[in-house]
Amino acid sequence: MKHLTFWSLTALFVIIVFAASRLVTNDYFFFAGYVVLQYIVLATAWNVLGGYTGYINFGTSGFFAIGAYSSVVLHKLWGPPIPVLILIGGVLAGAVGLGMGGLTLRLKGVYFAIGTLALAVVAQTLVTNWDFVGGSRGVYIIRPGSVPLLGSYIHYLFLIMLILAGIAVAIARTIERSTLGYGLAAIRDDEQAAEAAGVPTLKLKLISTTLSGALMGMAGAPLPYYVTYLDPASGFNLTYAVNAIAMPLIGGTTSWLGPVLGAIFLGTIQQAATVTISSSLNLLFVGVLLVLFVVIAPNGLIGLYKPRRRVGATS
Amino acid sequence: MYTDLFLNAIASGILLGGFYAAVTVGLGIAFGMLDVGNLAHPAFVILGSFCVYILNQRFGVDPILAALIMTPFFFVLGAAIYQIYYLCFERRGEEGLRGLAFFFGILFITEVALILGFGVDYRFVEAPYIGPTLHIGSVDLALRTLVPFLISLVMIGALHLFLSKTYIGRAILAVSQDSLALRLMSIRPYRVKLIAFAISIATASLAGAFLIIIQPVEPSIGRDYIGRIFAIVVLGGLGSFPGMMLAAFLLGVAESLTATFYGPSWSPAVAFGLLLLTLAFRPAGILGRRA
Amino acid sequence: MTDALLTVAGLGKRFGGFVALDGIDFHVQPGERVGLIGPNGSGKSTLVNCISGNLRNETGTVHFNGGALDGLPAYQRTRLGLARSFQLPKPFRSLSVAENLCIPLHYAVNARHGVHLSAAQIGERCEELLRMVALDGKAKARPRDLTQIEMRKLELARAMAAAPKLLIADEAMAGLSHSEVDDIITLLLKLNESGIAVILIEHIMRAVMSFSQRLVVLVAGRKIADGLPQDVVQTPEVLRAYLGE
Repeated sequence: MKHLTFWSLTALFVIIVFAASRLVTNDYFFFAGYVVLQYIVLATAWNVLGGYTGYINFGTSGFFAIGAYSSVVLHKLWGPPIPVLILIGGVLAGAVGLGMGGLTLRLKGVYFAIGTLALAVVAQTLVTNWDFVGGSRGVYIIRPGSVPLLGSYIHYLFLIMLILAGIAVAIARTIERSTLGYGLAAIRDDEQAAEAAGVPTLKLKLISTTLSGALMGMAGAPLPYYVTYLDPASGFNLTYAVNAIAMPLIGGTTSWLGPVLGAIFLGTIQQAATVTISSSLNLLFVGVLLVLFVVIAPNGLIGLYKPRRRVGATS
Repeated sequence: MYTDLFLNAIASGILLGGFYAAVTVGLGIAFGMLDVGNLAHPAFVILGSFCVYILNQRFGVDPILAALIMTPFFFVLGAAIYQIYYLCFERRGEEGLRGLAFFFGILFITEVALILGFGVDYRFVEAPYIGPTLHIGSVDLALRTLVPFLISLVMIGALHLFLSKTYIGRAILAVSQDSLALRLMSIRPYRVKLIAFAISIATASLAGAFLIIIQPVEPSIGRDYIGRIFAIVVLGGLGSFPGMMLAAFLLGVAESLTATFYGPSWSPAVAFGLLLLTLAFRPAGILGRRA
Repeated sequence: MTDALLTVAGLGKRFGGFVALDGIDFHVQPGERVGLIGPNGSGKSTLVNCISGNLRNETGTVHFNGGALDGLPAYQRTRLGLARSFQLPKPFRSLSVAENLCIPLHYAVNARHGVHLSAAQIGERCEELLRMVALDGKAKARPRDLTQIEMRKLELARAMAAAPKLLIADEAMAGLSHSEVDDIITLLLKLNESGIAVILIEHIMRAVMSFSQRLVVLVAGRKIADGLPQDVVQTPEVLRAYLGE
């Protein structure tokens, strides 16, 4: 399927889902749906670096929160519309991704992973000590009451995240089926051999890190309007980091479809669970699922459908 | 008065560093020598704290003694975990991403299991050396940080002797450098690594005791330590015990000074900031061999 | 010597206190077939890694095709026309055999100045290469489904795909049967006929002797002989290195 076709189909899908959502009267659907869509973006973003390139990011919450808190700052200073916030959040998070990549990507993947963890904590500490965005006490964001044409504001947020999810997935697939995607796969499979084959590994890794970080920042930008109260503990919540890893691993890391499946599967369960059981139990459940899938089904849900062929090699 | 503050910050920083070293040594063995990125190590330390808590509060056992009693169990636990890790990942050659994700999941599961079992309240232990403070000139040394510091030095010293003098210990050092050579000497690297990893988790028991002696513990504080111990391992250089000690003291003093003069809310940034800087500019660490 | 394709001068490499390479000088002419031999641990692979850019040498220089390579990352050296295969095959496991060959076609060949291969042309070249190594039936297979010799052929084919001027084949024949070794020699000779210089690193003496126009011997990080194969194997130093005093 050519790239243009996929983008068109994705756009069509977005329109269909949106049209269908107009029929739903319960606002709760939109609140829950926003979270699932947000995770589609986060999981897809993570997978570009993790699944396609083979470099794990433990600091998803850091990039995500950069988007969220840049929105807070801009909201207080100026109050631009959400699409602008998304763009700026994306650029800032992408820049941080680039910087961090430049610092740590020359080393083995484990060091990059640890570096991302460090980044998330440093970012959280900076925000906690920054009174302008509320410090540890947090900040309140007033959400506009309603939006023309759509109704309540949450419908608008839902639409925004729906479009963002569509864009993220289309970008992921475009990368996957392009020369860039092959280069990233080569890096993931054997970085030394990739270098020897002419792949500019550092440059491609930096592209991957920047793009991944940017998408995560974009996912975080509308957050203040969704939660209306934002504090570092929730903005940098470990749940984002864990889900961003668990969803692609459970859904399947080798294709754009994996993070989507994982996000819908895990996201929906969690949304249902937070209503019925405690959030700690929810987290335990994710942890157990993660370990189980990593051990038993390394290729995720997709892998279960297309099992890895165990043809005996004579080497 | 400024000098007093400064001296006290340095002193408590050094004591803190000794404690950090005890928490880190397990990861130093797992990651520094065996290349196993055990992200869940802090969770085992917290687990150790809670085991000590139970023995102390229910049965009145001294915390250090309680930890020593629990050490064999932690050894077995470590062996079991390495067994699983090896079967699922190392043998298949897929250590990288999936191995780390595995430990990430374990970290999570342990933390939440503790929350479910004990709730989110802070727990503490009681012992005769927890209250009093030693005064040397203008420097105050709280016994609850001094005692863990001293025992930590003993523990790490003992480990160092074990690694350099005993047959198994030297095999562990060898496997970290060249497992092929080891195989040629008919020592199965798997067995050696198993023992080494089991030891690394066993240290978590004592480290957990130190932790709960120094401060009240609740399940999620393990996360604060992930960065600290990775920072120490990387800063000190993989596989270098002296490097690790040096890095632990450096971090302890840096955090202590930051907390004293800028406030404790900046402390987490110290460890992680140091880590980022080390990765960027001197990935081999202060005394390390390879990046 | 000024028109040599590859000139290595005074190359030195240490690992901590261990001196792996100690002042290596050697050169390769365009289209030449050079054999590089030496006992295990003599530094052959380290030398290859320094030339290809996978390792940084501390002293000495490497010149290739009129330009200095020092400081250039490995991928740029490949783009300049210097390709190497790995001792232990390192295929891209998640890609098919054909896709493995497409990587260097996209990233080494297509990245060169003035080269604009279309997707169709890349596909054609890929098929040509597969035919050359008799792997055209396995284009869609995964590396894990290949036999030992097929993996080694893929490894060589991938290096060849980069359209190099110089190919370094690092122990491409270890563990192969007699006829399989002959297959690889034939392949390398065919490659050489089209003008590509080859450095063959091997332990299998009959292969090295029959293939090489010139033989270089490395012992303990030093070059101890460099000349015609039949002369080199008679020199006292070489005999001593292989047979003892």
